[in-house]
Amino acid sequence: MSNTPANLKYASSHEWALLDGDIVTVGITDHAQDALGDLVYVELPTVGDAVSQGDEAGVVESVKAASDIYAPVSGEIIEVNEALADSPEIVNSEPYEGGWLYKIRVSDVAELDALMSAEEYAAQAH
Amino acid sequence: MPYIPHTAGDVSRMLDTLGVKNLDQLFDEIPATLRCKPLTGIADGLSEMEVTRLMRDRSEQDAGALSFLGAGAYEHHIPAAVWDLASRGEFLTAYTPYQAEASQGTLQVIYEFQSMMAHLTAMDVSNASVYDGASGLAEAVLMAIRANRKSNSRRILMPRTVSPLYRSAVSAIVEGQDIELVEVDYHRQGGHIDPSSLKAFDGEDFAALVIPMPNFFGVIEDVHLLTDWAHANGILVIACVNPMALALFTPPGNWGVDGADIVVGEAQPFGIPLSSGGPYCGFMCCKQALVRQMPGRIIGRTLDLEGKPGFALTLQAREQHIRRAKATSNICTNQGLAMTAATIYLSLLGAEGLERVALACHDNLRQLLIAASKSGEVERVFKRPVFHEKVLRLPVPVQPVLAHMAEHGVLAGVDLSPYYPELGHTLLVCATETKTEADIGKYAAALQNALQATAVGATQ
Repeated sequence: MSNTPANLKYASSHEWALLDGDIVTVGITDHAQDALGDLVYVELPTVGDAVSQGDEAGVVESVKAASDIYAPVSGEIIEVNEALADSPEIVNSEPYEGGWLYKIRVSDVAELDALMSAEEYAAQAH
Repeated sequence: MPYIPHTAGDVSRMLDTLGVKNLDQLFDEIPATLRCKPLTGIADGLSEMEVTRLMRDRSEQDAGALSFLGAGAYEHHIPAAVWDLASRGEFLTAYTPYQAEASQGTLQVIYEFQSMMAHLTAMDVSNASVYDGASGLAEAVLMAIRANRKSNSRRILMPRTVSPLYRSAVSAIVEGQDIELVEVDYHRQGGHIDPSSLKAFDGEDFAALVIPMPNFFGVIEDVHLLTDWAHANGILVIACVNPMALALFTPPGNWGVDGADIVVGEAQPFGIPLSSGGPYCGFMCCKQALVRQMPGRIIGRTLDLEGKPGFALTLQAREQHIRRAKATSNICTNQGLAMTAATIYLSLLGAEGLERVALACHDNLRQLLIAASKSGEVERVFKRPVFHEKVLRLPVPVQPVLAHMAEHGVLAGVDLSPYYPELGHTLLVCATETKTEADIGKYAAALQNALQATAVGATQ
């Protein structure tokens, strides 16, 4: 049974989003990391990139698959999790904490309304 | 699976279903000029015995010519052990292993090849080989476009000192993908990329600069200056090298302050016969930081569950069977057999043997140049150091001279006028370690005769 914290919003493509002021932190869900298996590489967007909701922004690669990560909201990439370059396995062990991928300064907070609640995501993912 | 050919009835039923009259109609959209025509040089209905005899007679017409051709494919001595070993049944499958880990021997050969190429180029990683040098360069261009995150352009600096055949292949492969190859002209006296000419591109956005070494003219480029200029401008460096030259020259990994980023080239000089142009074997190496953008297979050494060493395909997520349309390349095979020959060749010669071959080549070129230019009619073009190839200028058009010499059993060089008309009556000559003093004497005599015959022909 995977973990879906109630304070987060979820995309159907298995990213989570945490809003704090106008900054959204993005990661992949516990369900996603479990399905991918041990991650060996995370490719992150470049700080300063502008992204639109649904754009490809990064790739996570496990020993058996490589999956695109999509931006759950529009905005500008302001920070990426540098620790993942050397330790991608943090995404497996702490998908919602140390395993965050990048932060976006959102252009329109209302876009988060289009994302799912924990309950809705849990229902979809199982 | 049984192989059961279609009957005429099967074919006509399939054509009826498709609503076409005949098989040819299926190929209507291919222009007629591009379609294969029936063979004209061989009669219909010959028996196997007759065809074998015909082919043997014809192959004898090609034999015996003394070749001084280079320009990307080189005649080197191939120790008998190379193909004796490479032709063993265990190796003689010129294709990439599908049940990869079941083929530990094949994987180990690839691993050894990668290790030797990475060492020779002073790069961190090598792939399992690609089709040939030219397609390797095209893959390097595509890789640089993906890998250079500082660049937003799809532009590549492609010097005219890169082989015109390679440039043509690269253009055919990448220009349909909206990538622009920007030409860099060469220095007319040096035959090299003049580093100061690159100032014109300062501050412009390019994904990569290609540096040939030696270049198509055999000339040694200012690799350190060019590499540092590129890196100062946020441009990746693709080295396109003759690996035989690396036995003597600074390897690309040590060019300039940071070294080349991607290295490609043709492994044909390592134990692979000329064979009228192929199959050859490209190689591709890069820095560790770019490894996920490198196409092709990579074999890694690992430990199995019992802690025993073994070999495995690694980083497969870059490849098309996993990454589908976003794979690093639509080609993830390698040149298994030719690569095996190159690996055996390199392990037989060793670093010291390779250096001796390279020196012997260059020494023979020097003897050839002295002999060919003795009469004063033949001019050596480009005042820069070269490696085992050189551009010569004749007082008369090159083509009739080459034809005359070929009739006397000497393939004297490659006519440069189709590619570099501004250079006049020039040809590119090459000497490898296979040439003897007598061969060089024969070249000089045939050249003298041809020049006289051509001059007489012109005045009559």
